[in-house]
Amino acid sequence: MTSKIKPSKGAPYARILGVGGYRPTRVVPNEEILKYIDSSDEWIRSRSGIATRHWAGPEETVSAMSVEAAGKAIADAGITPEQIGAVVVSTVSHFHQTPAVATEIAHKIGAGKPAAFDISAGCAGFGYGLTLAKGLVVEGSAEHVLVIGVERLSDLTDLEDRATAFLFGDGAGAVVVGPSDEPAIGPTVWGSEGDKSHTIKQTLGWDAYRTTPVPGGDGPEARKALDELRFPAITQEGQAVFRWAVFEMAKVAQQALDDAGVSAEDLDVFIPHQANMRIIDSMVKTLKLPESVTVARDVETTGNTSAASIPLAMERLLATGAAKSGDTALVIGFGAGLVYAATVVTLP
Amino acid sequence: MAATQEEILKGLADIVNEIAGIPVEDVKLDKSFTDDLDVDSLSMVEVVVAAEEAFDVKIPDEDVKNLKTVGDAAEYILKHQD
Ligand SMILES: CC(C)(COP(=O)(O)OP(=O)(O)OC[C@H]1O[C@@H](n2cnc3c(N)ncnc32)[C@H](O)[C@@H]1OP(=O)(O)O)[C@@H](O)C(=O)NCCC(=O)NCCS
Repeated sequence: MTSKIKPSKGAPYARILGVGGYRPTRVVPNEEILKYIDSSDEWIRSRSGIATRHWAGPEETVSAMSVEAAGKAIADAGITPEQIGAVVVSTVSHFHQTPAVATEIAHKIGAGKPAAFDISAGCAGFGYGLTLAKGLVVEGSAEHVLVIGVERLSDLTDLEDRATAFLFGDGAGAVVVGPSDEPAIGPTVWGSEGDKSHTIKQTLGWDAYRTTPVPGGDGPEARKALDELRFPAITQEGQAVFRWAVFEMAKVAQQALDDAGVSAEDLDVFIPHQANMRIIDSMVKTLKLPESVTVARDVETTGNTSAASIPLAMERLLATGAAKSGDTALVIGFGAGLVYAATVVTLP
Repeated sequence: MAATQEEILKGLADIVNEIAGIPVEDVKLDKSFTDDLDVDSLSMVEVVVAAEEAFDVKIPDEDVKNLKTVGDAAEYILKHQD
């Protein structure tokens, strides 16, 4: 017989309660990049706005950076780790596909036994994670959700590739999402464009590096080919991605504002994915954001940290006083997939 | 209705002015985008997309690198608009 099933009970709305970040201690200036590629500080600054980035050392693992960022976010939220009901980690640079790094992080922060899993959504990972978190809180599967964006992109950077060697950085950013009486995370405008998947990608899959016998057998030729393989790296068609980011993503950002019922004039803060200052400048122009809107320009000293870039930028704006708790912020992430996610939030 | 070369030049001048801040009167057919008008490879992407909207043409990435001067762009648009 069909029994009556008791539904879970969620909160009326969700909000970001706290944010935290971790930047690796080693700062890498453009001069150091010039050791690897034929370029100049001037070219890198004018095309990307990047002056320095952080690269993680051996101890600054994906898990270790996440634990630091998570600890700060939990303290900022004013809750205890045991109150975390789910941990969602977005990363493309954790080199173990299994188990999910989220489980290790959950354990290390002392969260007890929360649900914990990783997601892969490239530079839109924070927005994807935030959207999941909002759903979990409102639906009632978790009262508090820890969302982490973390990358060690230096591990996936080909230092001899002029188009990317200067772009990427490492770091972790985290937020705690919890219950709210008022709406504080707007509708998410998100999606994917798989027809453009080739424009940003990892050069080779891990299976290309297989040295143990392959089912079906491998001969000397396969072994020889293996010797010539380079470690995988992220490559991209820079101009195609630039074109898409500048024109398509401005529309997505506008849609997120419209769906949230917030006008450019009502906005306090704009936190786009920190990919390239030129993309940020262009979006600000297209969206006609007034001077009064504070724009995150963290890319200058952080480079592109993919899923970590938005929470890292958010934390810095709040820490420096450029933004304040209660401000209305538009966040938009976009990248490999191609995927994107934009929403309007109340800052913690 | 298709634009004349004169109209295209005027339209391009407005676009370059908007994107690179170059005075409209400096945008002439013989000027090179990168060498004379301070339009680098990324600004060029913005110019191209603005031109696509203004003149209802498609300018694929592989054709963009052949558009060295304002005249090249005007001619391309003249030929491909419909
Ligand atoms: C990466 C990026 C800065 C490269 O700029 P670009 O203008 O597309 O670069 P191109 O490869 O077309 O090269 C343009 C010129 O600069 C030169 N160049 C390329 N890389 C260079 C470098 N690292 N240093 C100096 N010169 C360089 C090229 O040789 C070329 O010169 P030429 O015109 O004399 O032939 C840019 O495409 C970009 O940022 N795109 C968006 C990528 C992004 O943000 N991705 C992540 C989204 S999540």
